[in-house]
Amino acid sequence: MSPLSGYLLLAALIFAIGLAGALTRRNAILVLIGIELMLNAANLNLIAFWRYGPHPEALTGFMFALFSIAVAAAEAAVGLGLVISIYRHLHTTDLDEISRMKG
Amino acid sequence: MIVFWILAVVTVAGALSAMLLRNVVHCALALTVAFAGLALEFLRLDAQFVGFAQILVYVGAVAILVVFAILLTRSSETPQTGVFSRTWLAGLVVAAAVFSVLAWAVLQSGAALPHESAAPQVTVAEVGNALMSRYVLPLEIVAVLLTAAMIGAVIVAMHEKKEAK
Repeated sequence: MSPLSGYLLLAALIFAIGLAGALTRRNAILVLIGIELMLNAANLNLIAFWRYGPHPEALTGFMFALFSIAVAAAEAAVGLGLVISIYRHLHTTDLDEISRMKG
Repeated sequence: MIVFWILAVVTVAGALSAMLLRNVVHCALALTVAFAGLALEFLRLDAQFVGFAQILVYVGAVAILVVFAILLTRSSETPQTGVFSRTWLAGLVVAAAVFSVLAWAVLQSGAALPHESAAPQVTVAEVGNALMSRYVLPLEIVAVLLTAAMIGAVIVAMHEKKEAK
Protein backbone atom coordinates (compact mmCIF):
# COMPACT_ATOMS: atom_id res chain seq x y z
CA MET A 1 0.00 0.00 0.00
CA SER A 2 1.41 3.37 -0.93
CA PRO A 3 1.73 5.94 1.87
CA LEU A 4 -0.78 8.18 0.10
CA SER A 5 -3.47 5.47 0.45
CA GLY A 6 -2.83 5.38 4.20
CA TYR A 7 -3.35 9.13 4.51
CA LEU A 8 -6.47 9.04 2.31
CA LEU A 9 -7.97 6.19 4.38
CA LEU A 10 -7.20 8.02 7.62
CA ALA A 11 -8.85 11.18 6.25
CA ALA A 12 -11.90 9.17 5.12
CA LEU A 13 -12.20 7.60 8.57
CA ILE A 14 -11.96 10.97 10.38
CA PHE A 15 -14.48 12.45 7.94
CA ALA A 16 -16.91 9.58 8.63
CA ILE A 17 -16.46 9.97 12.41
CA GLY A 18 -17.12 13.72 12.16
CA LEU A 19 -20.16 13.14 9.95
CA ALA A 20 -21.56 10.52 12.33
CA GLY A 21 -21.07 12.87 15.25
CA ALA A 22 -22.64 15.84 13.45
CA LEU A 23 -25.66 13.73 12.51
CA THR A 24 -26.23 11.90 15.80
CA ARG A 25 -25.25 14.18 18.71
CA ARG A 26 -27.92 16.32 20.38
CA ASN A 27 -25.66 19.07 21.69
CA ALA A 28 -25.19 21.89 19.14
CA ILE A 29 -21.57 22.43 20.22
CA LEU A 30 -20.74 18.80 19.46
CA VAL A 31 -22.34 19.11 16.03
CA LEU A 32 -19.95 22.02 15.36
CA ILE A 33 -17.05 19.87 16.62
CA GLY A 34 -18.06 17.19 14.12
CA ILE A 35 -18.02 19.76 11.32
CA GLU A 36 -14.54 20.89 12.39
CA LEU A 37 -13.35 17.26 12.24
CA MET A 38 -14.72 16.94 8.70
CA LEU A 39 -12.92 20.13 7.60
CA ASN A 40 -9.70 18.80 9.13
CA ALA A 41 -10.04 15.51 7.26
CA ALA A 42 -10.39 17.47 4.02
CA ASN A 43 -7.23 19.42 4.90
CA LEU A 44 -5.35 16.15 5.43
CA ASN A 45 -6.42 15.04 1.95
CA LEU A 46 -5.23 18.33 0.42
CA ILE A 47 -1.83 18.15 2.13
CA ALA A 48 -1.34 14.45 1.27
CA PHE A 49 -2.13 15.04 -2.41
CA TRP A 50 0.18 18.09 -2.42
CA ARG A 51 3.02 16.06 -0.89
CA TYR A 52 2.75 13.09 -3.25
CA GLY A 53 1.53 14.99 -6.31
CA PRO A 54 3.67 15.70 -9.37
CA HIS A 55 4.32 19.43 -8.68
CA PRO A 56 4.72 20.10 -4.95
CA GLU A 57 6.80 23.22 -5.68
CA ALA A 58 3.66 24.95 -7.05
CA LEU A 59 2.27 25.01 -3.46
CA THR A 60 -1.37 24.74 -4.62
CA GLY A 61 -2.65 22.12 -2.16
CA PHE A 62 -0.57 23.71 0.59
CA MET A 63 -2.18 27.13 0.06
CA PHE A 64 -5.64 25.60 -0.24
CA ALA A 65 -5.20 23.93 3.15
CA LEU A 66 -3.95 27.20 4.65
CA PHE A 67 -6.99 29.15 3.42
CA SER A 68 -9.26 26.31 4.47
CA ILE A 69 -7.90 26.58 8.04
CA ALA A 70 -8.66 30.33 8.00
CA VAL A 71 -12.22 29.79 6.74
CA ALA A 72 -12.77 27.02 9.32
CA ALA A 73 -11.66 29.36 12.10
CA ALA A 74 -14.15 31.99 10.91
CA GLU A 75 -16.88 29.32 10.76
CA ALA A 76 -16.12 28.14 14.30
CA ALA A 77 -16.29 31.70 15.68
CA VAL A 78 -19.65 32.47 14.02
CA GLY A 79 -21.08 29.03 14.81
CA LEU A 80 -20.24 29.17 18.50
CA GLY A 81 -21.54 32.75 18.65
CA LEU A 82 -24.84 31.49 17.22
CA VAL A 83 -24.96 28.65 19.79
CA ILE A 84 -24.48 31.14 22.62
CA SER A 85 -27.18 33.39 21.16
CA ILE A 86 -29.62 30.47 20.81
CA TYR A 87 -28.88 29.39 24.38
CA ARG A 88 -29.70 32.90 25.59
CA HIS A 89 -33.08 32.83 23.83
CA LEU A 90 -34.18 29.24 24.45
CA HIS A 91 -32.04 28.18 27.46
CA THR A 92 -31.00 24.94 25.77
CA THR A 93 -28.45 23.68 23.25
CA ASP A 94 -30.34 20.43 22.65
CA LEU A 95 -31.03 20.28 18.91
CA ASP A 96 -34.02 17.94 19.33
CA GLU A 97 -35.75 20.70 21.33
CA ILE A 98 -34.83 23.58 19.01
CA SER A 99 -37.45 22.90 16.36
CA ARG A 100 -38.64 26.37 15.38
CA MET A 101 -36.87 29.24 13.62
CA LYS A 102 -38.90 32.00 15.30
CA GLY A 103 -37.29 33.36 18.47
CA MET B 1 5.64 4.27 8.42
CA ILE B 2 5.25 3.03 12.01
CA VAL B 3 5.07 6.66 13.20
CA PHE B 4 2.21 7.24 10.77
CA TRP B 5 0.21 4.34 12.23
CA ILE B 6 0.81 5.43 15.82
CA LEU B 7 -0.32 8.96 14.97
CA ALA B 8 -3.30 7.60 13.03
CA VAL B 9 -4.43 5.50 16.00
CA VAL B 10 -4.07 8.47 18.37
CA THR B 11 -5.97 10.78 16.01
CA VAL B 12 -8.80 8.33 15.39
CA ALA B 13 -9.07 7.54 19.10
CA GLY B 14 -9.28 11.27 19.86
CA ALA B 15 -11.91 11.85 17.17
CA LEU B 16 -13.96 8.83 18.30
CA SER B 17 -13.95 9.83 21.94
CA ALA B 18 -14.78 13.44 20.99
CA MET B 19 -17.94 12.13 19.35
CA LEU B 20 -18.83 9.36 21.85
CA LEU B 21 -18.10 10.64 25.37
CA ARG B 22 -21.06 11.77 27.47
CA ASN B 23 -19.41 14.72 29.20
CA VAL B 24 -19.00 17.63 26.77
CA VAL B 25 -15.86 18.95 28.49
CA HIS B 26 -14.18 15.56 28.00
CA CYS B 27 -15.26 15.72 24.35
CA ALA B 28 -13.48 19.08 23.96
CA LEU B 29 -10.29 17.62 25.48
CA ALA B 30 -10.45 14.58 23.16
CA LEU B 31 -10.99 16.95 20.25
CA THR B 32 -7.73 18.73 21.16
CA VAL B 33 -5.92 15.37 21.01
CA ALA B 34 -7.36 14.70 17.54
CA PHE B 35 -6.31 18.17 16.31
CA ALA B 36 -2.78 17.71 17.70
CA GLY B 37 -2.52 14.30 16.00
CA LEU B 38 -3.55 15.83 12.69
CA ALA B 39 -1.00 18.63 13.14
CA LEU B 40 1.73 16.00 13.64
CA GLU B 41 0.55 14.23 10.47
CA PHE B 42 0.94 17.54 8.61
CA LEU B 43 4.47 17.88 9.97
CA ARG B 44 5.24 14.33 8.81
CA LEU B 45 3.99 15.31 5.34
CA ASP B 46 6.70 18.04 5.18
CA ALA B 47 4.10 20.80 5.47
CA GLN B 48 5.70 22.53 8.45
CA PHE B 49 3.90 25.83 8.05
CA VAL B 50 0.44 24.22 7.84
CA GLY B 51 1.29 21.97 10.77
CA PHE B 52 2.20 24.89 13.02
CA ALA B 53 -0.76 26.92 11.74
CA GLN B 54 -2.95 23.94 12.69
CA ILE B 55 -1.49 23.91 16.21
CA LEU B 56 -1.93 27.69 16.59
CA VAL B 57 -5.45 27.89 15.14
CA TYR B 58 -7.03 24.61 16.23
CA VAL B 59 -5.23 23.47 19.37
CA GLY B 60 -4.85 27.10 20.45
CA ALA B 61 -7.87 29.09 19.36
CA VAL B 62 -10.72 26.78 18.32
CA ALA B 63 -10.34 24.47 21.35
CA ILE B 64 -10.42 27.47 23.71
CA LEU B 65 -13.46 28.84 21.85
CA VAL B 66 -15.24 25.50 22.23
CA VAL B 67 -14.48 25.38 25.96
CA PHE B 68 -15.79 28.96 26.35
CA ALA B 69 -18.99 28.05 24.51
CA ILE B 70 -19.45 24.92 26.67
CA LEU B 71 -19.03 26.88 29.90
CA LEU B 72 -21.22 29.80 28.74
CA THR B 73 -24.07 27.47 27.76
CA ARG B 74 -23.80 25.17 30.79
CA SER B 75 -23.56 22.12 28.55
CA SER B 76 -21.04 20.59 30.91
CA GLU B 77 -23.84 18.93 32.89
CA THR B 78 -24.54 15.56 31.31
CA PRO B 79 -28.19 15.42 30.19
CA GLN B 80 -30.44 12.73 31.61
CA THR B 81 -32.27 12.10 28.35
CA GLY B 82 -29.26 10.68 26.49
CA VAL B 83 -26.66 12.39 24.36
CA PHE B 84 -27.66 10.99 20.98
CA SER B 85 -30.45 12.29 18.78
CA ARG B 86 -33.64 10.32 18.13
CA THR B 87 -32.54 9.70 14.54
CA TRP B 88 -29.10 8.38 15.50
CA LEU B 89 -29.46 5.15 13.51
CA ALA B 90 -30.04 7.01 10.22
CA GLY B 91 -27.03 9.26 10.91
CA LEU B 92 -24.83 6.27 11.65
CA VAL B 93 -25.95 4.50 8.46
CA VAL B 94 -25.23 7.61 6.35
CA ALA B 95 -21.75 8.00 7.89
CA ALA B 96 -20.95 4.30 7.38
CA ALA B 97 -22.10 4.51 3.76
CA VAL B 98 -19.94 7.59 3.13
CA PHE B 99 -16.92 5.88 4.67
CA SER B 100 -17.38 2.69 2.68
CA VAL B 101 -17.67 4.61 -0.60
CA LEU B 102 -14.55 6.68 0.17
CA ALA B 103 -12.53 3.66 1.34
CA TRP B 104 -13.65 1.65 -1.69
CA ALA B 105 -12.55 4.46 -4.03
CA VAL B 106 -9.16 4.78 -2.32
CA LEU B 107 -8.52 1.02 -2.33
CA GLN B 108 -9.65 0.67 -5.95
CA SER B 109 -7.22 3.35 -7.14
CA GLY B 110 -4.37 2.05 -4.94
CA ALA B 111 -2.19 1.03 -7.88
CA ALA B 112 -2.64 4.35 -9.69
CA LEU B 113 -1.60 6.45 -6.69
CA PRO B 114 1.99 7.73 -6.76
CA HIS B 115 4.52 6.11 -4.44
CA GLU B 116 7.40 7.71 -2.54
CA SER B 117 8.58 11.01 -3.96
CA ALA B 118 11.33 13.38 -2.86
CA ALA B 119 10.34 15.54 0.06
CA PRO B 120 9.51 19.06 -1.15
CA GLN B 121 11.57 21.75 0.53
CA VAL B 122 9.18 24.55 1.45
CA THR B 123 10.64 27.39 3.47
CA VAL B 124 8.53 30.02 5.19
CA ALA B 125 10.10 32.62 2.89
CA GLU B 126 8.72 30.76 -0.15
CA VAL B 127 5.28 30.57 1.47
CA GLY B 128 5.39 34.30 2.16
CA ASN B 129 6.48 35.09 -1.39
CA ALA B 130 3.68 32.95 -2.81
CA LEU B 131 1.11 34.59 -0.52
CA MET B 132 2.27 38.06 -1.57
CA SER B 133 2.46 37.36 -5.31
CA ARG B 134 0.31 34.59 -6.79
CA TYR B 135 -2.14 34.20 -3.89
CA VAL B 136 -2.47 37.86 -2.91
CA LEU B 137 -6.14 38.11 -3.94
CA PRO B 138 -7.27 35.06 -1.89
CA LEU B 139 -5.22 36.43 1.01
CA GLU B 140 -7.06 39.75 0.89
CA ILE B 141 -10.43 38.00 0.59
CA VAL B 142 -9.62 35.84 3.62
CA ALA B 143 -8.67 39.00 5.52
CA VAL B 144 -12.04 40.56 4.69
CA LEU B 145 -13.81 37.29 5.59
CA LEU B 146 -12.09 37.06 8.96
CA THR B 147 -12.94 40.69 9.76
CA ALA B 148 -16.58 40.16 8.76
CA ALA B 149 -16.77 36.90 10.74
CA MET B 150 -15.28 38.54 13.82
CA ILE B 151 -17.72 41.47 13.70
CA GLY B 152 -20.59 39.08 12.96
CA ALA B 153 -19.72 36.75 15.84
CA VAL B 154 -19.51 39.68 18.26
CA ILE B 155 -22.85 41.11 17.10
CA VAL B 156 -24.59 37.71 17.21
CA ALA B 157 -23.30 36.83 20.68
CA MET B 158 -23.68 40.38 22.05
CA HIS B 159 -26.18 40.81 24.84
CA GLU B 160 -29.14 42.87 23.67
CA LYS B 161 -29.93 45.11 26.60
CA LYS B 162 -33.15 46.54 25.15
CA GLU B 163 -34.78 43.10 24.93
CA ALA B 164 -33.61 42.13 28.40
CA LYS B 165 -35.66 44.97 29.94
